[in-house]
Amino acid sequence: MESETWLKIGWALALGAMLIFLLPRASYMLKNSPRAGKGDWGAVLIPLTLVMLVVVLLIVAV
Amino acid sequence: MQTNYQTLPQTGELAQVRNKVLKNTYALLAMTLLFSALTAGVSIVINPPYFTGLVTSILAMLLIWIVLPRTANSATGLAVVFGVTGLLGFGLGPVLNSFLNTANGSHIIMTALGGTGLIFLALSAYALTTKRDFSFMGGMLMVGMIVVVIAAIANIFLAMPALSLTISAVVILLMSGFILYDTGRIVNGGETNYILATVSLYLSLYNIFVSLLQLLGIFGNDD
Repeated sequence: MESETWLKIGWALALGAMLIFLLPRASYMLKNSPRAGKGDWGAVLIPLTLVMLVVVLLIVAV
Repeated sequence: MQTNYQTLPQTGELAQVRNKVLKNTYALLAMTLLFSALTAGVSIVINPPYFTGLVTSILAMLLIWIVLPRTANSATGLAVVFGVTGLLGFGLGPVLNSFLNTANGSHIIMTALGGTGLIFLALSAYALTTKRDFSFMGGMLMVGMIVVVIAAIANIFLAMPALSLTISAVVILLMSGFILYDTGRIVNGGETNYILATVSLYLSLYNIFVSLLQLLGIFGNDD
């Protein structure tokens, strides 16, 4: 097999291992995270929209 | 009355602990970023083979998953943090070299670096001033990470440019969310270990930089 194929297999295995590590954490956090209060999502969505705007501006600038 | 007198110093002590964690986290983050830049610079000069990124990423993941949880409360944890950040910086060398070999590669790298810094500073300032608790996002961020990792595994073999762009954009959003989440945890006393806090923030910064580099590379490269 070509070295590029081995590299792809290596990355897939590394990401697969990451998935095994993330799954129990995600399950724990889903069960134990507090529920969002009034206005909580708005307080997150506004800065994240601005981040996307910055990214678009950077793409246009390059 | 006695309870009140006892509560006041305790609240002050808690605030002191939080400020100390915050100060130590940002100091360590600054040092690890400089160290990471140094190892990336060495890697650019040495120009190691392309699979270096894979090897250093696996080693860094092993350090984060196995060694760091056991050493985070000791001075050894500091060495582990520098090990992780040094390895990840070194692994960036071949990617940065491939950009430097293009016409406006250095411009793209500097733009990605500036953009990452701007996003991090703005989000940190926002989380520090609002002092809001962003812990409600934890589950959603982790589910988002799992979806992204599955999509990334699929795209290794599918090699779809549109999916690659989507993954990069979603990673930037997720890592921005993690910056708010982690900073909010420090501010609200949910994270008292500055070594763990530094690693979380470093990984968010690293992933934003790499994703931004990929996005700018696709859109901005004339080659």
